[in-house]
Amino acid sequence: YGLPLKIVSYKDLYDWTMDDIVKAIGLKNNCTFCGVFRRQALDRGAALLKVDKIVTGHNADDIAETVLLNILRGDIARLSRCTFITTGEDGPIPRCKPFKYTYEKEIVMYAYFKKLDYFSTECIYSPNAYRGFAREFIKDLERMRPRAILDIITSGENFRISTTTRMPEQGTCERCGYISSQKLCKACVLLDGLNRGLPKLGIGRTAKVGAGADGSGEQQGKRAERRNRSSLQGKHGNLDF
Amino acid sequence: MHLTLEFGGGLELLLEKSTKVHKVDVQPRDGEDKATMKGLLSWVKSNLVKERPEMFIKDDSVRPGVLVLINDCDWELCGGLDAELEDKDVVVFISTLHGG
Repeated sequence: YGLPLKIVSYKDLYDWTMDDIVKAIGLKNNCTFCGVFRRQALDRGAALLKVDKIVTGHNADDIAETVLLNILRGDIARLSRCTFITTGEDGPIPRCKPFKYTYEKEIVMYAYFKKLDYFSTECIYSPNAYRGFAREFIKDLERMRPRAILDIITSGENFRISTTTRMPEQGTCERCGYISSQKLCKACVLLDGLNRGLPKLGIGRTAKVGAGADGSGEQQGKRAERRNRSSLQGKHGNLDF
Repeated sequence: MHLTLEFGGGLELLLEKSTKVHKVDVQPRDGEDKATMKGLLSWVKSNLVKERPEMFIKDDSVRPGVLVLINDCDWELCGGLDAELEDKDVVVFISTLHGG
């Protein structure tokens, strides 16, 4: 198809590589950093290329995993958005997931029969990723009842959030202008933490808002692990019980 | 019985020298007159898989997420674990489990 390939690196954008980050913070929560940075990198790369749409390859298995993850973490904000096939239509670069209903198995079979070259290396830092557990579960379900994957997606689409639930509002980051539901976007908070030698900044959730919060970082009130797997989403959710 | 086994999607890393294609000679297990997929799986586990067998096999079958093709046909259409193998069959194992 002759499509040009643009490579954007964390080193260029943030001055930190994943190897550097893992050396600084260890093997837990590293997925949070990568997911947040990757999402932004995708948006910034797209802006550089002046595209008008971003299309990602998320397949049915991915979406089903995300629905399960968001339920397990009680992330209402993301749960309501994660099954949308297009997101961000009112933003500068809308995103779309055309393979939303395509099973990973079909895609792998297609690639095999068409002899398409793809790389299948697992990220070396990911073995403890929470998403891995959701994936195991879904694979076991698929074996017993293959329709389960599509059914989970349908359930996700049919969730309705009660009107009395407080939902985060989308604004922009004060520092970099990226979309954010907090004063500072997650990437800025995480970068701040890395640069100040506070690897836990932006990771973890405070029990109550205002309970000894020590600054914009901790006030975020979100669970780190949660932030990441759904790098499908743009808006950073907040969860306040 | 001569079979050609292929491993893809990262499974080849579990084998010696990460070879993707293996031409093997497998006999039916004692007491059986035909080689079945079930027998082949335990043969592969004992003879070809050099590390992390849990990535390939779970209980009696392949780990969920590993696709199996017998002569380019999904094994679920051929009988799954009970599918019978014949001389010169080609069996392909592709893992779909990896980061995206």
